[in-house]
Amino acid sequence: MSETVMEMDIIRQERQEVANRKTLGFWIYLMTDVVLFSSLFATFAVLRNAVASGPSGQDLFSMPFVLGETLVLLTSTFTIGMAVVLAKRGFKIAALFNLLLTFGLGVAFLVMELTEFTEFVHEGASWQTSAFLSSFFALVATHGLHVAFGLLWMLGLGIKMIRRWGKETDLGRLALLGTFWHFLDIIWIFIFTFVYMIGVLG
Amino acid sequence: MNERGLGNKVLSYVIGFVMSAATTVVAYILVVERIWPTDVIIFTVVGLAILQLVIQLVFFLHLGQEKGQYWTLVTFWFAILVIAILVGGSIWVMYHLNYNMMNMTPQEQAQYMAHNEGI
Repeated sequence: MSETVMEMDIIRQERQEVANRKTLGFWIYLMTDVVLFSSLFATFAVLRNAVASGPSGQDLFSMPFVLGETLVLLTSTFTIGMAVVLAKRGFKIAALFNLLLTFGLGVAFLVMELTEFTEFVHEGASWQTSAFLSSFFALVATHGLHVAFGLLWMLGLGIKMIRRWGKETDLGRLALLGTFWHFLDIIWIFIFTFVYMIGVLG
Repeated sequence: MNERGLGNKVLSYVIGFVMSAATTVVAYILVVERIWPTDVIIFTVVGLAILQLVIQLVFFLHLGQEKGQYWTLVTFWFAILVIAILVGGSIWVMYHLNYNMMNMTPQEQAQYMAHNEGI
């Protein structure tokens, strides 16, 4: 009897160690992604005034719209945090509801971003117009692609969690997805500040 | 974990969310209303962005609050160092180039090149 308890303890410990290693590995991936984004930010900082007689940020950006995008993404990073915490404590319905909410907000964010992009292109401000716009689209669309990938991940994981609720490894994956999503919101803070707000100030 | 642990985690997320939303809205109002000189607004807004970064690292990612995060913190600070070199270095170099492209209009650049190189 006590031997099996000890064995269970060892198994649990080993699982914890594997989970810790996965978390660290994923974190290191995120740090490399940060470096990718920082190179795009550096490119944008250098080229932001190279408008080639085309429209500048001041002419293009609609600030209330961008504030809306920011608050949508901020709320989604809050709801996924709630989903992670609730799932860990075993609250199935509440956790899945928060995950669904996050998914909806993520889709809303992407739709808003694509609306903005199509508007810019219709106004004659495409990525071919100027170096400023090339670096703008490269930076903001790379972030958007990350959001799209996160949504696909969320969809797959959400379906798995509905079908086999309570698996330990799923909780680990959800925690990693949560970290990824928080990271995307942190990147967006800096896009909001350096691209949009300082861009509008001129 | 017990109920109290759950309450603490939820509270941490609520605090982080409220503070992040507040910094975002304050920065937005500063930019849209433009009461202060532009330079002051830019410094304040960048400061608020860094403040929000710290808020989200502490209240959402719980960085440095759990045991055994040594390598997480090492890779984090290394990434910060790389960002500082990459972004700071790029901007510094581009501002100090001979032709100083970032502060000139295309006309000024053409004039400068014609004067110095005969192009």
